[in-house]
Amino acid sequence: MNKIFKAEILKNQALTEDVYCLSINVPFNIDAKPGQFFIIKINERLDPLLGRPFSVFDIEDRILKFLYRLKGKGTSVLSKLREGQNLQITGPFGKWYPFPKNDYIVIAGGIGIASVFYLMKKFPKRAYLFYGARHRREIFFYKELKEFAKEVFISTECGTFDYKGVITELFRQKGLHLNLPIYSCGPMIMIRELKKLLKNKDVPCYVATEERMACGIGACLGCVIETKEGFKRVCTEGPVFEIGDLNL
Amino acid sequence: MKPLLEVKIGELTLKNPVLTASGTFGYGLEYSQFFDISKLGGIVVKGLSLRPKEGNPPPRIYETPCGMINSIGLQNIGFDAFVKEKLPFLKKFDTKIIANFFGENLEEYEELAQKLDATDGIHALEMNVSCPNKTSEWRMMGLQPELLREAVRKVRSKVKKTLIIKLSPQVMDIAYMAKICEEEGADAISLINTIPAMVIDVKTKKSLIGTLTGGLSGPAIRPIAVRMVWEVAKAVKIPVIGIGGIVNGRDALEFFIAGAKAVAVGTANFINPLSSIEIIEEIEKFLIEEKIENINDFIGSLIE
Repeated sequence: MNKIFKAEILKNQALTEDVYCLSINVPFNIDAKPGQFFIIKINERLDPLLGRPFSVFDIEDRILKFLYRLKGKGTSVLSKLREGQNLQITGPFGKWYPFPKNDYIVIAGGIGIASVFYLMKKFPKRAYLFYGARHRREIFFYKELKEFAKEVFISTECGTFDYKGVITELFRQKGLHLNLPIYSCGPMIMIRELKKLLKNKDVPCYVATEERMACGIGACLGCVIETKEGFKRVCTEGPVFEIGDLNL
Repeated sequence: MKPLLEVKIGELTLKNPVLTASGTFGYGLEYSQFFDISKLGGIVVKGLSLRPKEGNPPPRIYETPCGMINSIGLQNIGFDAFVKEKLPFLKKFDTKIIANFFGENLEEYEELAQKLDATDGIHALEMNVSCPNKTSEWRMMGLQPELLREAVRKVRSKVKKTLIIKLSPQVMDIAYMAKICEEEGADAISLINTIPAMVIDVKTKKSLIGTLTGGLSGPAIRPIAVRMVWEVAKAVKIPVIGIGGIVNGRDALEFFIAGAKAVAVGTANFINPLSSIEIIEEIEKFLIEEKIENINDFIGSLIE
């Protein structure tokens, strides 16, 4: 498969004031797995200089989708691009989520849903999804998620949708006892809490991590995180790690 | 007719004057999935030390306008693992392998230089005297003329292969430092390494780099690198390898005019994995358009 290609923007839609969904048209069938990422060179200029990594949000035939939140210069420039413009893409890269064999749990915090949506789509009707956000406005693709997951538990910090509070607490109440493998992506505070909850549990828990990247292919050693076995590259040994291996 | 791109750096003949800079091309393997790395003039591998190095705590990189700051801290797998695990793969390619190396002290530099010199499949050595992300007295090696002189002399005595010294831009008179290397028997000079730099998050009031400062690279530093290459190329007779923010053929041509006999592509490898071969093609195209038959006729052609 071609790892460097040009792709046309089909849609770059604002879902809220700072979350966008980008759809691009890839000139061949895409073989990427849930948890992997692509690097998007946002324009041909020198500023922003480096491409930006985005995890696979969804794939429909030759349409590749990314869900992203405005964070800095790169995403800000990206959000202003329109249909018909071309992007240089490299990827897919990185370790994907091990495929679930039976029922499984998904825990997503905020924009972390971007990393697990495609997993639930590929392995439907088997996931207990725990999805937390700040506000109901930020619960994205609820209808689709209801369809892909076996059960959906939602929490919002302000209580505007279902449970009021953080998603790890809802998971503690409704999911911990299930003793199923966990797939997770979200802010560091959520991952740390999750690690605490799982301390005495013997279930695998896979976490998709993020770190600033330059090359995305393991050459620059810029994106390392601390693990039990020393520094590991998020782009190559990750982004998916077993939670017990991470020094959080 | 195709122009001649072959250049000589010491005893080393490069089929074309484009290398990949140390630390930006891994051990070659990472990029071989994108193109035939035999097309390169040479590969300068990630800086090696006698023993493996963990490197610096994250965050290690941050993008700045037209550049990036890095503080990798010379993380590497060490000489033994390199020879066992990486070199056999690199040997399969028809390109020159240049081993970038460093030590914690001068004895380590000498010992490693000797080992690399005796290792099959390594065609030349590039001595790093200028990493901004290291803490030891020899961190100052590239900055203090007398330390540099002693280091180059001792390492030279251990090395028969082509010995390149990679200089720091952090000096008052880079031509003077280059002359010291030449006097002590270096075969070539490469420059510039990254420029010490810093970037701060105004909300947290913390540096965005784990070690607080790092080295700035990319197009932002290119004009500084071109000026320094020009100063060095005027001052020494040994070849100069130009490094600093080259992202296209035109950038590389500037360095040749300034007097560089070869260039190394660094940060651009991160922006586009194909950068280095695209740069070779663009240089070739320019020479054809300008009817220049041999790149060596173009090197040092600055009109003052």
